[in-house]
Amino acid sequence: MKRTLTILILVLLAMPAWAVQPGEMLDDPALEARARTISKDLRCVVCQNQSIDDSDAHLARDLRVLVRERLVAGDSDREVVDYVVSRYGDFVLLTPPFKPATYALWFAPPLIAGLGVLAVFFYYRRRRSAGVAVEPRPLTEEQRKRVERLLGDEPP
Amino acid sequence: MIVETGHFALVMALVVALVQATLPLIGAQRGNEAWMAMARPAAIAQMLFVSVSFGCLTYAYLTSDFSVLNVVNNSHSAKPLIYKISGVWGNHEGSMLLWVLILAVFGAAVAVFGANLPPTLKARVLGVQALVSVGFFLFVLFTSNPFERILPAPPDGHGLNPLLQDPGLAIHPPFLYLGYVGFSIAFSFAIAALIEGRVDAAWARWVRPWTLAAWMFLTAGIGLGSWWAYYELGWGGWWFWDPVENASFLPWLSGTALLHSAVVVEKRDTLKGWTVFLAIVTFSLSLLGAFLVRSGVLTSVHAFATDPARGVFILVLLLIVIGGSFALFAWRGPSLKASGLFLPVSREGSLLLNNLLLTTAAAVVLLGTLYPLFLDAIGGGKVSVGAPFFNAVFVPLMVPLLVAMAIGPLLPWKRGDLVAIFWRVQLVLGLTGAAVFLTWVFAADGPMFALLGMGLAAWLAVGTLFEIGERTRLFRASMAESGRRLRRVSRAAWGMTAAHFGVAVLVAGITASSAWTVESIQTMRPGETVQIAGYDFTFEGARDTRGPNYEAVTGTFTVTRDERPFTVLRPERRVYPVEGQQTTEAAIRSTFLGDLYAVIGEAEGADGAFVTRLYFNPLVPWIWAGLVIMCIGGVVSLSDRRHRVGAPSRRHRAQAVESPAAA
Repeated sequence: MKRTLTILILVLLAMPAWAVQPGEMLDDPALEARARTISKDLRCVVCQNQSIDDSDAHLARDLRVLVRERLVAGDSDREVVDYVVSRYGDFVLLTPPFKPATYALWFAPPLIAGLGVLAVFFYYRRRRSAGVAVEPRPLTEEQRKRVERLLGDEPP
Repeated sequence: MIVETGHFALVMALVVALVQATLPLIGAQRGNEAWMAMARPAAIAQMLFVSVSFGCLTYAYLTSDFSVLNVVNNSHSAKPLIYKISGVWGNHEGSMLLWVLILAVFGAAVAVFGANLPPTLKARVLGVQALVSVGFFLFVLFTSNPFERILPAPPDGHGLNPLLQDPGLAIHPPFLYLGYVGFSIAFSFAIAALIEGRVDAAWARWVRPWTLAAWMFLTAGIGLGSWWAYYELGWGGWWFWDPVENASFLPWLSGTALLHSAVVVEKRDTLKGWTVFLAIVTFSLSLLGAFLVRSGVLTSVHAFATDPARGVFILVLLLIVIGGSFALFAWRGPSLKASGLFLPVSREGSLLLNNLLLTTAAAVVLLGTLYPLFLDAIGGGKVSVGAPFFNAVFVPLMVPLLVAMAIGPLLPWKRGDLVAIFWRVQLVLGLTGAAVFLTWVFAADGPMFALLGMGLAAWLAVGTLFEIGERTRLFRASMAESGRRLRRVSRAAWGMTAAHFGVAVLVAGITASSAWTVESIQTMRPGETVQIAGYDFTFEGARDTRGPNYEAVTGTFTVTRDERPFTVLRPERRVYPVEGQQTTEAAIRSTFLGDLYAVIGEAEGADGAFVTRLYFNPLVPWIWAGLVIMCIGGVVSLSDRRHRVGAPSRRHRAQAVESPAAA
């Protein structure tokens, strides 16, 4: 038991921890900046909702290095992402792709908002048609001033 | 023996809850006053039994009783006292015991402070509250018993996840649960109202303080969680749209909507069905959050246990609660008649807009959180829905909300005039324009969204202050007159002003930290200096240090500004041998304009060089300040006498009896 624990600690200690390492970074600042931007939208597939840029897992490190290799080889950002997706699937993208499986995801937010606006619109219309008779007539300017004088406070 | 007492007390609590869940409800239906009156003593007894139970588990933790399986799995004799205590809820079984404790405490609070509730309403609220309790007591006793023994007792425990051994995270779960579970009161009031078939101003006045208290706790709980992520995870992020974070954010969004719609019910006797609906939705989202986190459907640091039996149990509980309450709503909801009328441009209209935007936001966040699970379940493949999606759908909803937030409080009830308002807020518009211009001048190279964000923050901050100015006729009446009016502003109004101002500060902090964070990652040898945002960080080297139950590497950075010493930062990287895990402890020095943030990584080579990560995180302290101001707003509003009609002071008693809510 103690032995396995020791081994476990050693394994964990050997982790090349903490996200992007100086050693991985590219000398060309422009390329490095592109690598960082790409990395921020790629998921570390063994982690819980972390990008490879933030993650300290081995796999994330491998992916960061891979992204940089492709960039140095002259790939465009698009080509790098496509290459990573071809190896790891859509799961690796933190922004879900726009395709049939995700139509519902992308179309639903505007749809929900639209339905909400519609519901509120019909609420007002129904209330107005039901309530015209009940709605008191608005006060005239003179009446309003008088009420204000009587009450003495409350801004108009 | 003490452990068995705890277990027995929990069973007794279940028995009492069963009585509380049946007799008062039947009594209210039949008009049997004796049965209705059972609710109050039962709620108090239930709370006492659960307290005893919780106390016994805490005792087992404090004395490191390793004959209790739960203690073995989550504690260690060498752990500092505070984490022995927080270990009680730092695991699945214990946290569910905390959940039922809070549920019972809220129930007892209604029983004690609800002296002037109508007897039938009170009996029904407490009955419904006990029904929820029964479900969770059964869950704890049958699937998650924290009092299980282990024989033979091992010599020592496995320790607590080091990530949880942190002051911020020690008190994060209790606050979060106070929020989640606090919404159960709003839920019980909503169900009781549906059974009674009656929702009126008095009902809303009783619901509001409980909702406000729950909202405040949830705000604090989420804030603590973010704060922890910020200083513990080591790269300055504080919100990740992680499913578990979303689980706590969903009830916050709908709870905030509920808080505002309940105002309309109280003041204007309309939006009744909608408010009841929101109360049910908010508690349902709290339960859904508990299910998502506890079932292990989402695996992360929060999912202490991934046991399908528990997931199924909570799922069934969820279906019964949500299904039952929505069925009741569909049946009884239409009978709730509204009387107040209003036009779209009015105070009520702006509150309805708030509700529309907040519930839409909750719906799209829920969709994004569940979509990967849903798609996987129907065999549609695996996708990730990450921060970019949530930002893309959430931010567009918040922009109009923030714009309306400054205008809404200026509008009169029933009908308003937007054009007139526009002419009145020239000053606010001007100052907002100035803020945008200043942002542009000082950070012209920053992203465009920063101009929008800072503009919105300024608009809301100035607009909120402007509203108080209008209320007191500042500069339009004499100073004495304004002072007199200022003193007459109710605490509830001050609470709103503070909370809205807090949101403005929060928005500024979020915008600045997303837009202008400065980061520098490098290998540093002792004596080397890196300059960030005008501060010079000199690495003085690192040494091995020891804590009570961990070993650490502590780095030292001296920070100077313009050649003058500014501060010393000592980040740590800890190893917890018992649990075999590492944690980072970022060193943070907060200034008004931002945080200096240093993290120490791995040693590189033999000459004392280390990988270091240095950041300047602009306006991050404003995020925490904004959240604190929001919570203070909640406290101030709660202290308003009108919110505690159940406990009027002696001096005010006569008035309270005259007010319609107390009648």
